[in-house]
Formats: sequence, structure tokens, C-alpha cells
Amino acid sequence: MSEREISIDRPRSLKRFFFQWEWLLVLIFVAVNIINSGLSPYYLNFGSLIGSTNSFLDMAFLVLPMTFVIILGNIDISVASTVALSAVIMAVGFNAGLPMPLAMLLCLVVSTLCGLFNGFLMVKFKELSAVIVTLSTMIIYRGIAYVILEDQAAGHFPPWFSFLAWGSIGPVPFILIVFAVCALAFGLLLHKTSFGRKVFAMGNNLTAARYSGIKTDSVIIAVSALTGLMAGFTALFLTSRMGSTRPNVALGYELSVIAMVVLGGVSTAGGAGRIGGPILAIFIIGYLNYGLGLVNIKANVLLIIIGSLLILSVLVLNLRFGGHRRPAPPIARMIAAGKAPDEKA
Amino acid sequence: MSDIILELREITKTFPGVRALDGVGFQLKKGEIHALMGENGAGKSTLIKVITGVYQPDSGQILLDGKPVSIRGPLDSQRLGIAAIYQHVTCYPDLSVAENIFIGHEKINPITRGIHWKELHAQAAELLESLDADFDSKAIMGNLSVAQQQIVEIAKALSAKARIVIMDEPTAPLTKRESEDLYRIAEGLRDRGVSIIFISHRLEDMYRLASRVTVFRDSRFVGTWAVDKISRDELIVAMVGRSITQLFPKRKVSIGEEVLKVEGLSRTGYFKDVSFSVRKGEILAMTGLVGAGRTEVCEAIYGITRADSGRVFLAGKELRAAHPSEALAKGIGYLPEDRLKQGLVLEWAIAANVTLPSLAQFSSFGWMNRRREELKAKELAEKLQVKANSVHDLVATLSGGNQQKVIVAKLLTGDMKVIILDEPTKGVDVGAKAAIFEIMNELAAAGYGIVMVSSEMPEVLGMSDRIVVMREGRVSATMDTADATQEKILGAAMAAARTADAAVTEQA
Amino acid sequence: MSADTKTPTTRGRIVRSGEGFRELGLLVFIAILAAAFQIRNHNFLTIANIKDLLTNTAILGILAVGMMLVLITGGIDLSIGATIALAGMTSALTGMALPHINPLLSILEGMAVGLAVGSVIGLLVARFKVLPIIATLGIMNIVRGVTYIESKGAWVSSYQMSKAFTDISTGTTFGVNNLVVIAVFIFIVFWYFVNHTKTGRRIYAIGSNPEAADISGIPRRKLLWLVYAIMGVLSGLAGVLWVSKFASAQGDTALGYELNVIAACVLGGVSISGGAGKVSGLLLGTILLGILNNALPLINVSPFWQQFIQGIVILAAVLTNVAVKRNNQRLALRKRAI
Repeated sequence: MSEREISIDRPRSLKRFFFQWEWLLVLIFVAVNIINSGLSPYYLNFGSLIGSTNSFLDMAFLVLPMTFVIILGNIDISVASTVALSAVIMAVGFNAGLPMPLAMLLCLVVSTLCGLFNGFLMVKFKELSAVIVTLSTMIIYRGIAYVILEDQAAGHFPPWFSFLAWGSIGPVPFILIVFAVCALAFGLLLHKTSFGRKVFAMGNNLTAARYSGIKTDSVIIAVSALTGLMAGFTALFLTSRMGSTRPNVALGYELSVIAMVVLGGVSTAGGAGRIGGPILAIFIIGYLNYGLGLVNIKANVLLIIIGSLLILSVLVLNLRFGGHRRPAPPIARMIAAGKAPDEKA
Repeated sequence: MSDIILELREITKTFPGVRALDGVGFQLKKGEIHALMGENGAGKSTLIKVITGVYQPDSGQILLDGKPVSIRGPLDSQRLGIAAIYQHVTCYPDLSVAENIFIGHEKINPITRGIHWKELHAQAAELLESLDADFDSKAIMGNLSVAQQQIVEIAKALSAKARIVIMDEPTAPLTKRESEDLYRIAEGLRDRGVSIIFISHRLEDMYRLASRVTVFRDSRFVGTWAVDKISRDELIVAMVGRSITQLFPKRKVSIGEEVLKVEGLSRTGYFKDVSFSVRKGEILAMTGLVGAGRTEVCEAIYGITRADSGRVFLAGKELRAAHPSEALAKGIGYLPEDRLKQGLVLEWAIAANVTLPSLAQFSSFGWMNRRREELKAKELAEKLQVKANSVHDLVATLSGGNQQKVIVAKLLTGDMKVIILDEPTKGVDVGAKAAIFEIMNELAAAGYGIVMVSSEMPEVLGMSDRIVVMREGRVSATMDTADATQEKILGAAMAAARTADAAVTEQA
Repeated sequence: MSADTKTPTTRGRIVRSGEGFRELGLLVFIAILAAAFQIRNHNFLTIANIKDLLTNTAILGILAVGMMLVLITGGIDLSIGATIALAGMTSALTGMALPHINPLLSILEGMAVGLAVGSVIGLLVARFKVLPIIATLGIMNIVRGVTYIESKGAWVSSYQMSKAFTDISTGTTFGVNNLVVIAVFIFIVFWYFVNHTKTGRRIYAIGSNPEAADISGIPRRKLLWLVYAIMGVLSGLAGVLWVSKFASAQGDTALGYELNVIAACVLGGVSISGGAGKVSGLLLGTILLGILNNALPLINVSPFWQQFIQGIVILAAVLTNVAVKRNNQRLALRKRAI
């Protein structure tokens, strides 16, 4: 047989470049801004636009790891509860005498542990879907928050704590800087590292990933831990913005976070997605909220809008990508991989 | 009056970019068992999907009993009396056998809308008895073995009063004894007037059951012959278009020291007390009937599952692979049985697939080096002569044989000592088979120890240096290939109850 | 001829006997729990308390039946709390505007609202292949938002409701409280539906193997839509009953109640991954959860512990299911004599 030369060229086409989801998002972003400035003359003020980011960037931290979670083919509805629990523990810890920096560290430790527990359950009990695991922990984590703080508020933080959410370095809000750094880090992690490659592989074909030697358990635990860590960041910035916390903070955050990821073009089928989309979606939804708030539209209306955006995005993504690949029930996947359910992956 | 029950004329079916069927014709006579053969990609499965209504042809006619019919979906096909039994049984694992048989046409009481359970189970029991089943109608489907589930499938076809039954590679997952049962059932169906289309890669299936055989090649109809009027070589020529003389390339390889040793490996419910060894440059064939436990042993060595007891030694050092990553790191590679589900990420390109097991090699501190990936993929793909234009071609667009080569390439990115190939030529057309055998020889010559799991006797005898035969979870025989014969191997592979027959065959 | 003797294998029966154990276990546990609670607080087994227990459990049971169907198909529905609120609010507002409306019409109105919501969810899941978790998460928030808008942020309280309306939940039929009667009726109907009708069995089929269902000619998409529609109707019904019972309709009625319902199902042995679940188990699970919800306050467990306990209960039940399944598999493996 003759020797064939195989090229290493990557197919590139201008048409494909422009037909991408992110351009659609840019269009939507522009539309949102146009609508908002139509609604209120106060909208198009650069200073307040930048300043208003602190109202939605706190949940933006969660969007970054949630992108990984959905690319993996999983979901995590416990993130809001993790935020609440870690915020509550931080507040209670501080009020019990812990120095504030230590309390903040405690917040991050607690949130990461919450994430790790999720990961542990998913890895040790592969028969359980991510839905049921995070549904249970969603209830448990917030439940613990209620046990600790009941219906009280806790706060009285040192004045410098509000710098997190309200401070700026020059013209740029601190929270925006921190978010930008995190976004960059997660983006690089997803698209440029071997870890990111593993995430995509697993989301695409979990069995083949295992057979190729990828430690799927480790990846799941790592992603869960990252999710927990970022929930801690959200807790820090949210609490800083509000000045106090109670067990029912961040209610409904999971909806908005998932909506942002899906609106960002990441299909719930798993295995595909780019970090840019969800980041754009954060600002779309964030500014939409801000603009509507300027004309006193109630929070309930926003719920309706976000819920609709979530469903619409999934609809469009499914139509475009031919419907979701229904993930096999975890036990079937295990059996397909020839394992007894309690074996390590 | 014509005795042709089903006829297809000038059927063409195109998918974007590929013509799956090109003006093919096919005729099925009443009450015959008709074998349909051809390489993979020749169009057999597509034809079946057209007959069963999963696809609609772009042009052409389907005639049933001489009259044109239009089959717009699987339901139409079922109503016309056509049933299909596939290799992988699709069933409802949580429902009972009786429900699985009758789902879709349950008997209900029109007033209460209730199901007549007693009648349902009675009818099911009747069908099962006529098929000599060893389980009852109340058994939960998910708890049955593959062979038992196939019997339920056949019962389903019978209950639907099918006149045409299509069997697509039905013996692939069965043991020899179960295959015998299936042959008997097929003959029984034929005697009852059912016409059968039988697809199989196994020539012995065809010779045993069919009266006529049709060959497809490259989406075209090649010809139909009476089974006793066409020789094996002529058949292969018809399927491949060229005569394969040198199917098993001769080789001379120097065999070195022991590189893999398995001692007393056991896993409850799967295999027990398995021991064998492989030397450098040696090809060890692991054969036996399907279900003997060969894949399970390999997966235990490779770290996908964990053995309960026993030891594995790689180049003298004990290996306890708790995960495939450990096995790969120590030097054992595994080409899995199901290349689509276990071996490849179909949506990805060749390069990305090839580098997946050894990402660390292509990254520094985690940062991926695309260039290095592409170059290595190019090197390996060219070495293995993968038929592709670019390393960025999606593996889903490759043929079975080329996909298999990509998986082998995956294993060559690391430093391997032993390579285990599980059914490397399953579902691969004859031309690509030869290429894969060449690759195996080259690997052996390069000093790898090779374990080849195979159910194809010619392959086992033609490629290996030594043979390990497994039977129902245990090693029943180990022999040098030079001393082996088909009968010896089959004898070792078959269950004790049948060895009497084997002895008779030997003496005859 | 096969050399095997024709003995029906008992392998098929393993799953069945496992379920029997579960139900027995639940029954025993309920008895023990009831006894323990009674010891801690003698008011537990009083007529008044049992009545309260039954009426609450009735509503839970009505919803659990619908959720079971959804879970059997491998889906989930997080929106039922919102649907309850919307249906309840709508019928309460209508009742305010038309004080002489026949209570039966109020109930039908609630069911219609629920049907509308459930149909939309069914459409999204069945036709547009949206994951149930996402569809119901989105709808849940949309419906809550609509409820707030409809009520303009205000409540409908008992003095704005007609007596006929509040009598729905306090009235009796044949001496038994209406709610209990309705619940029992629904349980019987669904028991028959799920065990004896074609459609009911087919719902198990699509949960057991959705791909096979398509090929078997089972109208999978229609059935999938149907289970969400049924869940919607039941939620709507529950909404009217709820608002009537608590004599109040608010924007955050039944907030988070779906988790209670899922807990009842999971306790009752309904498989979260689909394909399995029995009405008898469901009944026991519902009663158990009803007892917990009722008795915990009685033994002075602070309400702030309730959510935590609920979460632990769900997790424990789900993990128990897993343990049982694994054990069954281990046994089946050991039977494979090598």
C-alpha cells in the first residue's frame, strides 16, 4: 500500500467563524442596552453602568465552574444553598470572635467542603444522577444554615469588608477585577489545559474517557471542589454587598446561574461549549436586571424573564444541535463499562 | 404463481455525503432462510432498516406478495408482518417477559380498559414453551441472560404473527450451545412457513442454515446464489472484489522473555483461577465462546474492574492496576471490544483522540501543546496508514478499520510493553483486516507482547503463537498454535455436556 | 434439544422479593415511629391530630401519585409548588370576584390552570427535548412570577373567601373528610391505571427503555407529555384544596413543597432513574412523611430543623435504594457458579 501524507492543517472558514453563538449573544447584548436606554434616560451613564456590575457579578463567580459542570453533562442545583451556608458560617464565626480574615477563609473552606461532599456522593454512588445528589444537598446545606441562624440576620462586619463589593481600584470596581482574573483562569483551564481536555472528553463519552485512562473520579471531584470554592467567592461578595446575611440569601441563584451558562451556548447534552458565551450571558442578564430595576419593575418579572430565557436558550440549542443526547442513567453507563456499581472509576 | 414473498427493486438511499444503497434489488422466497452477506458498509444494515421502516428509500419499490407497499415507519413494517431481531436486544428491563412480548399489542378489556393478565401470561407461557425456554413469563427481563432475552425477542416476533423475520448477527453474543438453540429455532420458524433473512459474518452460520445467499458490495447488489453452488473463495471474491490469498501475512519474529504473567486471577461471578503468560514478540490468542469471560479478564488486568484474587506481573514486577491510568503508565494498553462506545470520542478529531490517554506527554505543567499533538498524531496515523486527509478529520467519518487504527495509535503514544486487543477485527471489512494483522505483526516484531482476544478461528490459528482457551470463566486449555486444530480448540471451548459430541466428531 | 431441564429460573424473582422487604420495612418503621412519637407527646394519637395528619397527608398523597408517574419516566418536576400557588391563587381570586360560584367549578378552574402549566412542561420535555430539570426549573420561576403579578403582591385571606370555598376542605362525604376521600379515590384510580391499563404499563416501558419504546410503536412523546399534564392537573387540584384548607392564598404558597413530594416518592421506593415504583410503596412513603411532618413540631423540634431533616431523609432513602440494588446484584453474581 502506498504511503499517504496526512496534513495537520485545521479547517478554517470565514463563514464558520461568524456563524457562532457568541455573535448572537453580542447582538442580544446590544439589543438589551438599546431597550434599557429606551426605558430610562438614566441608563446610559458609563459610571453607573460599570458601578452596577456589583449587583450581578457576585453570582457570576458561580457561572464559571457551572460551565464545567454542564460540559461534563451534569448539573448542580445546590450552589445557592452552599452560598447561604458558607455566608452564614462566616457571619456567625466572625460574631463569635474570629478575626474577619479568618472568618472569610472559613467561608471558603466551608463552601469547598460542600462542593467536595457533592463530588464524593457522585463518585461513590454512581447510580445516582447529579440531579438527585445536588437536590438532596441543596436541601441539606440550606437546612443547616437555618439550624444555625434560624430566621435571624447576622452581620456587623468591619467597615473594610464592604470594599469587596463596593470598592474600586481607580475607576474599576474591585469585584470586576477579581471576576476578570477568575474568568481568565477558568477560561484558560477549560480551553488550554489537559484538565479542560479531560472535561470535554468525559462530557462527550464518559466510557471512552475511562478506557483511555482518564481518572474520571478525580475530575468530578475537582470540578465539584471548584464549584464549592466559587460559591464561597459568591458568598463573600454577596455578603459584602448586603452588609449582612441570613439563611435565605441567594434564593434562586441556581436558576440564574444555569440560565447564564445555557444562554451562553453550552448545551445540556454535555461535551461542548466555550467560556466566552456564559461570560457574555452574565452581562446580558445582569444589565437587563439593572435596566428593569431602574424603571421599578419588580423582581418577579425578572424571574419570569430569566426562566423564559433559560427555556428559550435550551430550545434553540436543541433545535440547532438536534436535541439533547439523553445521558444514559448512570447505572447503565457503569454496566456498559463492565463495572459493579461500587467500583472505583 | 410466484413464490417470492418480498422483493425490493432499484432501492436507492442517500445520506448527506454518502450513498448507502445504490439501486439494489433483493428477493426473498417464501419459507426460505436467505443469508445476506457483505463487508461492513456494504449496505446490509441500511437495507434492513429500509425493510423495517426505520429509513424510507429515496427511490425504488418494495413489493410484498407481489403487491407494492409503502413502509413509512416501523409500525407499518410490523403490521405487514415483518419482525427484526438484532444483536443487541432492546427490551424493557424493568418489565416482565410477558409484557415485553406483548407490549404494543396487549389484550385489553374494552370496558374497564384493564389488561387481561391471566390471558397475557398464558399466551406468553405457550410461546416460551414452544421455544424451549428455561424461564417463565413472570421473570423480570433485566435479570435474564442475553441468550434468554433473544428468545423473548423471537417470542415477540411469533406473537406478532410475523411472516418475515430478519436476524441481524444474532449469534454474535451467543455461546456455541446457544447458537445451536438459535439455529434450531430458526429452522423451526422456517418449517412453520416464516421467511427469514439472516445477516452474519460467520460463514458457518450461513452454511448451516441458509439455502440462498445474497452479497452486497459498496452499496450495490452483487448477486444471489444457492448456498451449495458457491464456494467459500468465490463468496469472498464477491464480497471483496479481489481474492484474498495472503490474509495472514507470514512472519518471523524472535520471541523474548516473559513480559506478562497472570496468576490465579479470579472475580466472583465472572472468572476463576485464570493463569497465562505472554513473552516479548509473542502473540497470544485468547479464545473461547462469547461469554467465556475473556473480556472480563482483560478488563481486570487493565484496571477497568478489580479482580478479587490473583496476581498480575508485568516484566517481573507485580502490577495492581486499580485504574486504567495505572495500567497505561506501567505499560499495558487495551483496545476495547466496543470501539464506538469505549474506544473513541466520535465527535472529536483523530489528533484529539490519539492523544487522550497520554495528555501529560503533550502538555507542560498542564498547558496543552497543540503542535506536538498534531505532529505525533500525524506520525502515528501515517505509520498505521490511516485513510484520512488530515489529523483534524473527525473519527466519525472514518471506516471501521481506520477507526480501529486510530485506537491502536492511541496506545502507541505511550511506552507500552503489552498490548491487549479485544476482537480487533470485529465489524471490520476483509480489506482492513489484513491491514490490522500487518500492524499486529509489526508490533510483535518491535518487541511488544500481544494478547489478542478473538472468536474467529481462522484469525486465532493464523496469527497467534500460542492459544489460551477459556470456557465459562476458566482456562480450559493452553496450547502452542503449531499443535492446535479447530477441533481441539472447539473441544476445549465447549461445555462439558457437549464434549461427547465433540469426541464423536473427532473420531469420525 | 437443549440438555437443560425446563425449570423456570428464579432469577427473575429477585427484584420482586426485594420490594416486598422494603414495604414491610416501611410498615414496621411507621409503627415504631408512631409509637415513639406517642410516647414523647400524648397528643399525637388524638382524633384532632390524626385528622390534621390525614388532611395534610391527603394533599401530599395526591401530589405524590403524579410525581411518581413523572419519576417513572425518568424525569422530575420541580414546578409543582409554583403550580399549586398559581392554581390556588387563581381560584381564590375568582372566588372573591364571584362569591356564589359553585365550589366544584373552583376546583375545575384550578385543575384547568394546572393542566395548562403541565401541558407546557410536557411539550417542552416531550417535543423539544428539554431536560426535565431545566424545563421545570424555568417554568417554576415563570409561574411564581405570574402568581405574584396576578395577586398584585397581595394575599387572599379567609374572610375574602366564601364559606362554600373553605368548606371544600373541611366538609365531609360519608362522614370522612373530603380531602381524604379525594385522595383515596385518586390512589385507587391510579393503582388501577398503573397496574392494569395499557397506558399505565407503557409509562413504565418508556421509563425502562425510551429508545425501545420508539421502536415498539409506543407513542413515547405523547405519554411523556401525558405524565406532566397529569402532574399539572393534580397540582392544580391540590392548589385549590390547599388554599381552601389553609384559608389563604399567597404568592409564596407551597414554596419548596415539591421537595416534600419527591421525598415521599423516594421513601416509597420509586426509582429516581425511572422504570420502577409501586403505588403500595408510595402510599407508605407518603404516610411516613406525613407523620414526620406532623409529629416533629409536636415533639418540639424547631421548625428550623425541618428542612435539614427533610434533606437527610431524602439522601438516606436514596442511598438505601442504592445499597439494596447493589446487594441484589452481588447476590445475582454469586449465583453464577463458575
